[in-house]
Amino acid sequence: MNHADPVGITQALDAGNTVKTTTCYMCACRCGIKVHVRDGEVRYIEGNPEHPLNRGVICAKGSAGIMKQVSPARLTRPLLRKPGSERGAGAFEAISWDKAYEILAERLGRIRATDPKRFALFTGRDQMQALTGLFARQFGTPNYAAHGGFCSVNMAAGMIYSIGGSFWEFGGPDLDRAKLFVMIGTAEDHHSNPLKIAISKFKRGGGRFISINPVRTGYSAIADEWIPIRPGTDGALFMALLHVLIATDRIDHAFLKRYTNAPQLVVEDDGERLGLFAFDPAAGPPGDGRNPHNKLVWDKVGGRVLAAYPAGIADGCDPALEGRYALADGTRVVPAFQLLRERVAPCTPAWAEGITGIPAARIEALAREIGTAAFEQAFELPIPWTDAWGREHPTTVGRPVAFHAMRGLAAHSNGFQTVRALAVLMSVLGTIDAPGGFRHKAPYPRHIVPNYRAFNAPEMIKPNTPLNAAPLGFPASPEELAINPDGSPIRIDHAYSWEHPLSAHGMMHNVITNAVKGDPYRLDTLMIFMANMAWNSTMNTMAVREMLNRKDADGEYAIPFLVVCDAFQSEMVAFADLVLPDTTYLERHDVMSMLDRPISEFDGPVDSVRVPVVPPAGECRPFQEVLVELASRLKFPAFTTAEGGRKFRDYPDFVVNFEAQPGVGFLMGWRGEDGATHLRGAPNPKQWEMYEKNNCVFQYHMPENMHFMRNWNRAYLDFAKEKGWRQKNDPVQLALYSDTLQSFRLAAQGKSQGRQPPVHLRERIAAYFDPLPFWYAPLEYAATDTAAYPLNAVTQRPMAMYHAWDSQNAWLRQIHSHNTLQVNPVTAKAAGVADGAWCWVESQWGRVRCIARHSEAVEPGTVWTWNAIGKASGAWQLEPGADESRKGFLLNHLISEELPLAGETSRRISNSDPVTGQAGWYDVRVRIRPAAPDEAEESHPQIAAMPDVPGVAGRGAKVLAYFAGKRK
Amino acid sequence: MTQPAETLAKQLALVIDLNVCVGCHACVTSCKQWNTSGSAGPLADLNAYGAEPSGTFFNRVQTWEAGAYPAAETIHFPKSCLHCEDPPCVPVCPTGASYKRKEDGIVLVDYDRCIGCKYCAWACPYGARELDEARQVMTKCTLCVDRIYDEKLAPEDRKPACVKACPTNARLFGDVKDPESEVSKAIRERGGYALMPEWETRPANQYLPRLVRQAQEF
Repeated sequence: MNHADPVGITQALDAGNTVKTTTCYMCACRCGIKVHVRDGEVRYIEGNPEHPLNRGVICAKGSAGIMKQVSPARLTRPLLRKPGSERGAGAFEAISWDKAYEILAERLGRIRATDPKRFALFTGRDQMQALTGLFARQFGTPNYAAHGGFCSVNMAAGMIYSIGGSFWEFGGPDLDRAKLFVMIGTAEDHHSNPLKIAISKFKRGGGRFISINPVRTGYSAIADEWIPIRPGTDGALFMALLHVLIATDRIDHAFLKRYTNAPQLVVEDDGERLGLFAFDPAAGPPGDGRNPHNKLVWDKVGGRVLAAYPAGIADGCDPALEGRYALADGTRVVPAFQLLRERVAPCTPAWAEGITGIPAARIEALAREIGTAAFEQAFELPIPWTDAWGREHPTTVGRPVAFHAMRGLAAHSNGFQTVRALAVLMSVLGTIDAPGGFRHKAPYPRHIVPNYRAFNAPEMIKPNTPLNAAPLGFPASPEELAINPDGSPIRIDHAYSWEHPLSAHGMMHNVITNAVKGDPYRLDTLMIFMANMAWNSTMNTMAVREMLNRKDADGEYAIPFLVVCDAFQSEMVAFADLVLPDTTYLERHDVMSMLDRPISEFDGPVDSVRVPVVPPAGECRPFQEVLVELASRLKFPAFTTAEGGRKFRDYPDFVVNFEAQPGVGFLMGWRGEDGATHLRGAPNPKQWEMYEKNNCVFQYHMPENMHFMRNWNRAYLDFAKEKGWRQKNDPVQLALYSDTLQSFRLAAQGKSQGRQPPVHLRERIAAYFDPLPFWYAPLEYAATDTAAYPLNAVTQRPMAMYHAWDSQNAWLRQIHSHNTLQVNPVTAKAAGVADGAWCWVESQWGRVRCIARHSEAVEPGTVWTWNAIGKASGAWQLEPGADESRKGFLLNHLISEELPLAGETSRRISNSDPVTGQAGWYDVRVRIRPAAPDEAEESHPQIAAMPDVPGVAGRGAKVLAYFAGKRK
Repeated sequence: MTQPAETLAKQLALVIDLNVCVGCHACVTSCKQWNTSGSAGPLADLNAYGAEPSGTFFNRVQTWEAGAYPAAETIHFPKSCLHCEDPPCVPVCPTGASYKRKEDGIVLVDYDRCIGCKYCAWACPYGARELDEARQVMTKCTLCVDRIYDEKLAPEDRKPACVKACPTNARLFGDVKDPESEVSKAIRERGGYALMPEWETRPANQYLPRLVRQAQEF
């Protein structure tokens, strides 16, 4: 029998296709892709084998990019809320871009000319902060941040303030050389395809993989061992591991002495220097986080005090890690490591068992296994390098134990100190930028503290004037806080105030609540890009929706003007006064910049671009173009020529010609007028073409002697300074002990000169700004009757949707169209909740009704669900009764954005880490009970269906049968 | 009348390594996008934006739990047509639409001949067949027959879309009759096994089991 020839059919269909390379943006990973287009429609998106990040592979999200393109929820026209209609009702009229720009230029121009801080720009999961941050700075408002504050700032700040770099795309586990891999908490998000590639290779190469997590899913599924742990207790585990490793002397003494501040002497005499590093007055002023010079050690050989930094450890000096000493002037001092040893002394495995639920014997065995991997499995690579003090090392020492963690540690109110504990654990093992351990990626490591001050001078907020510093940065002392002379916050989100001093990514989760309260002032215009603050990107969703609509006594909205830029009809769109339709990632130019969040590899920096593959839908315009247009119309200095004219034609022109420093632009590849120089050089008018010809990516391979030990690597430090990635070429000593934190504690204790916190925050700062890591219960527990709410409730995103922030993709939603509450059968049965039954989940803040599922893969004190599957009816152009709205649910309804302030419960404060302002998503306590048999079998709460907006692409067909281009 | 299965010299198949599959579903949607706009498409999605969406997917990942807490395991299990050496779906087809290729053992459906009677789906013990509700024809994994023989593709691209996509390289593809192929070696060396051998369908696709590395081993 003859059959149809499938090969010939497909070949004929694909004969006229075009193929273009670009960069995926279905999540934060940013893989290289090849997009096949047939008759103007996307036919196939495959991983680009020439791309260093994903090397040809692609994930479920990247493979479903076509469904983002054809989403019925695409917004295609600018929209203005109809006069007289209520915000949130979703009644809009379509307007032209000219009109939209006219409205914005008039309104923003007026704010900028009067009181620029009344304009706030907060962006969601964008990775164009180099541009959006510049826009806010040029506008002259400090009220700018992206979503890091409610995502993983604890991971960034906790590690950057300790080792100068972090997991994320800034560094990661060296699984090519590790023998033991320990992953703690949910960490499937950033850099996901590279991590999948690496874990697979690691396992096949014989490595052992341990996952420590309340839930066994995701990568934990293929771990050789799963160690269940109670949420929010990871810090106690790390402290106990440190206890065992130090007690059994399984630590890298040489590394600690030479490359960390472990031997540096800390003052023990009470007074303004208590707990800070001792210094030599003859050698200049004392060191601090900005300028960590002039530190001392005790030389055991000579029985004397010697300079330690920046001089380094002198030949013949054996710096003490233990003991107590006195300086010549009688000052009592102690090596920082002695204090760490004393700190972890009571943190026994038995102590940690009571907190984490992990048996003490298992913790001891884990510590032994980690120590064995680090020291018995150690190896040397034949890679010579020279340290910052000129000492030549013939080889590079490998410590083959690698850790990885992300949001599971970060999204707790004790996350900063927990992440600090992990960084200290990794440091005592000598694994920092060591083969087989943790490795940095350019432009990391940063200085500790990074040389980026956040804007902090209220007097510099002036009409029609850019700020004198970027809105975001890393404070090094109380003097750098963004506060007014009376101690009140400068920023609408209270970031960098005494409430959350090191909030390095801002605090987007408090913007709406604070703006409505007028705390510290009212806004005029809030512009939100790509963030669903009316649904899954906010705590306390229903209250925030009410706040978005709240009016004053005079009938004016508490937030007078809301601008939303989004590609899709999200829940947030209904609350906008002005909607700007964004493009998708296949329709625009974009950069993954070294000035922002590049995609560097361990061996050198990598940046990349997106180029349009298909034309924009309808009248969609990229948000970048909107910003360049507005910046030009408002005549921001950086966007205006000396003659007062427009400096940049459009965003691609801006990318090519804008220089942050001479020779340093948004892209580092093919610079110089002829494109022959890389990393630093004059603008190249053909830079975009060169990226396009080279898979839209530029990779720079550093020489081998710069691949490791970069905190102290002379060649690397000089190179990084020369290329503009660092401002100094000083070595970056690991901060096991953080004098920066101590400077805040001294202020809170009233011991230091200079700024001191308001009375109601003193105890809080004194408690949590501990210079050594420690574990404390998440702050919400103190405000909760934990007997009445005995369970922890946590979420994570499924791999098929992690960081896939829009469009309710028709293919991906078939994998997860609704979520269920996963409950250990013992816990469920005790509560009378049957498998598959409807149940109520209640916190002290709210309740949801959902479907429960019994699961053996979750520890009994925890319930969990996939996050952001539940949707409001009608949003995303889902049909009424779609699974997402009828059966899906958000845990957000159970989580408050504020907590009563401990000790002063009449005051409320953000439900966040007290150090960084990281949202405490995973701290909520709940209880479960069965839903009554007569209750509706639908999730609660339900929202009235959102109407279609003008210009939305429109209801999807009942039967979608996607076939690119013309029919067969 | 059922004939004894012919023993073929070549049998293409997938070998799926459960030791590294993290359940990311890359194979599911990469398969969908390749096939919906190719000779096997379009693959319809019913209620694409409504309640209980249900589309045609040649490949799906199921997730199972095994064991009791705390010794519980989570297993991700990708499943598609197993291209049986003795495929029960072929002899039951009344029109000859369902057939097994002699040259490489791939089991295919000729959509022009399929009348959507579903006999083959009932016969398949693995539930690997997918009736496309829009076209009312039976569909299933083709091992991307329209990629693997396409000489216009670069040699390294002549693989099923799922194999190319898989971030953990959990999907191996090749001729299980060639003892020197990557798939045959993996089956031999890693204890590859077939699903439900008692049905005597001799599935060509096989699975590699989980390996648990204990602390003292390394």
